[in-house]
Amino acid sequence: MSLAAHEEGREAELAAPFVEIKNLSFARGERLIFDNISLSIPRGKITGIMGPSGTGKTTLLKLIGGQLRPDAGEVWVDGQNVHALPRKALFALRQRMGMLFQHGALLTDLSVFENVAFPLREHTRLPESMIRDLVLMKLNAVGLRGARDLHTAELSGGMARRVAFARALALDPQLVMFDEPFTGQDPMTLGVLVRLIRSLNDALGLTSILVSHDVAETLSIADQLYLLAEGKVVAAGTAEDMRSNASPWVQQFMQGLADGPAPFHYPTDSLHADFRLSAPEIRA
Amino acid sequence: MIEFLARLGGGVLHALARLGRWFGFMLSLLPALPASLLRPRLVVDQLYQVGVLSLQIILVAGAFVGLVLGLQGYSILATYGSAESLGVVVALSLVRELGPVLTALLFAGRAGSALTAELGLMKSTEQLAGMEMMAVDPLKRVVAPRFWAGVIAMPLLAALFSLVGVLGGFAIGVGLLGVDSGSYWSQIQSQVDFHEDIVNGVLKSLVFGVVAAWIALFEGYDCLPTAEGVSRATTRTVVNTSLAVLGLDFIMTALMFNV
Repeated sequence: MSLAAHEEGREAELAAPFVEIKNLSFARGERLIFDNISLSIPRGKITGIMGPSGTGKTTLLKLIGGQLRPDAGEVWVDGQNVHALPRKALFALRQRMGMLFQHGALLTDLSVFENVAFPLREHTRLPESMIRDLVLMKLNAVGLRGARDLHTAELSGGMARRVAFARALALDPQLVMFDEPFTGQDPMTLGVLVRLIRSLNDALGLTSILVSHDVAETLSIADQLYLLAEGKVVAAGTAEDMRSNASPWVQQFMQGLADGPAPFHYPTDSLHADFRLSAPEIRA
Repeated sequence: MIEFLARLGGGVLHALARLGRWFGFMLSLLPALPASLLRPRLVVDQLYQVGVLSLQIILVAGAFVGLVLGLQGYSILATYGSAESLGVVVALSLVRELGPVLTALLFAGRAGSALTAELGLMKSTEQLAGMEMMAVDPLKRVVAPRFWAGVIAMPLLAALFSLVGVLGGFAIGVGLLGVDSGSYWSQIQSQVDFHEDIVNGVLKSLVFGVVAAWIALFEGYDCLPTAEGVSRATTRTVVNTSLAVLGLDFIMTALMFNV
């Protein structure tokens, strides 16, 4: 193969999306969570996935990580069909993914240091001195080198998420998935998390998937966005595209309106049937 | 009537599904067991948690059971003029039955419930899911070492329970009620058979160890990841282990001692 052809092949590989979701359907019991959706997550970028609570954003991350199986469709990560992989290959692929769970999912019987060291100890045979250096580097990247000896119970919510971020980076993954990283954080911590996600994504050449319903923060850092509702992708594009999108779904979500295509009331009988009233007695 | 039948059928199906998951859990745990022995540190940590930390209740209970056996045994044996057989009565009751069974019941309450609650909370706080996403199999890393610890700790705890019980019987019989010390020990030495009594007792506690750890870990792994789910699973561990131990004890006694 000539050098030019080799370079061409390499460029094509880099241009291919890191994660591709093709015609995915998934149901929990009777409830259809995803109805034939397709998404593509470009390499090296931050992709925000937004949607109201209960639209299955976390479920989507679990489908990408192979923790759940779709009813139909495929999930491809870096050229591999996740759900066709044997267990060993799936675990090898997961070593190239990091995931930040909504509440950190830190191991409560270990210290901050040991939590970050955990994946290194499980998957490598590095000498203790190197593990120490690596862990401190990861903790330094999230600003918590000084918290190495703290117990997980002593961490605030924001600190726990930063430790989880350091742990997700321990094995130098290519893909990091963030599940609602901003929920319940004070404005200062929010700023810290937003900057961290952006700067580490760019510095380490990561591909990031950011699942969130915090509109302002997600728009501020995502290169590309998808809005999910009722099992479908209702809008996709950049932050600017989203702001200018006229779809009532997008407008309701972006402006935080209580009522719209997503109704304020959970589906139920009419008011006058429930309260046994005649129609004129109901005032809007 | 039909509603009653439907509910009954639903209950039976639910129980069968749980039983299926219980066996399925063991099937998926089996391949993880040998590998976890290669990391003895994890097993030793858990042996401390389920074994050493259970010592207090096991030793105190063993001593009191021995004291009571000494009192009751003496009062009955003295009626027939054979109070010097007290040692063998106490030792056989403990080694064959009370040691393994009571240890397993106390183990279910002290260590089994703790195992279930720990696993259940790890599940509800997504620690197990987090491990899976870090490409670490929780069955190998978390469940298997706890299983080994339960299986290894149970016979040791039962042996200690019986030992302390025999000493308790000695304290009451010889120290308080005037049974001859030489008779107490020599009767035990001559009447307690190594294979018939001691090996069978150890076998029983091994089986109880497997069952108690299996139930406790399954309940924690299978529970609903909510506060109520964990609480119910913990209760189920204690109830189901106790019933399983008592039922199995009856069956094993019938098979082992040819009664």
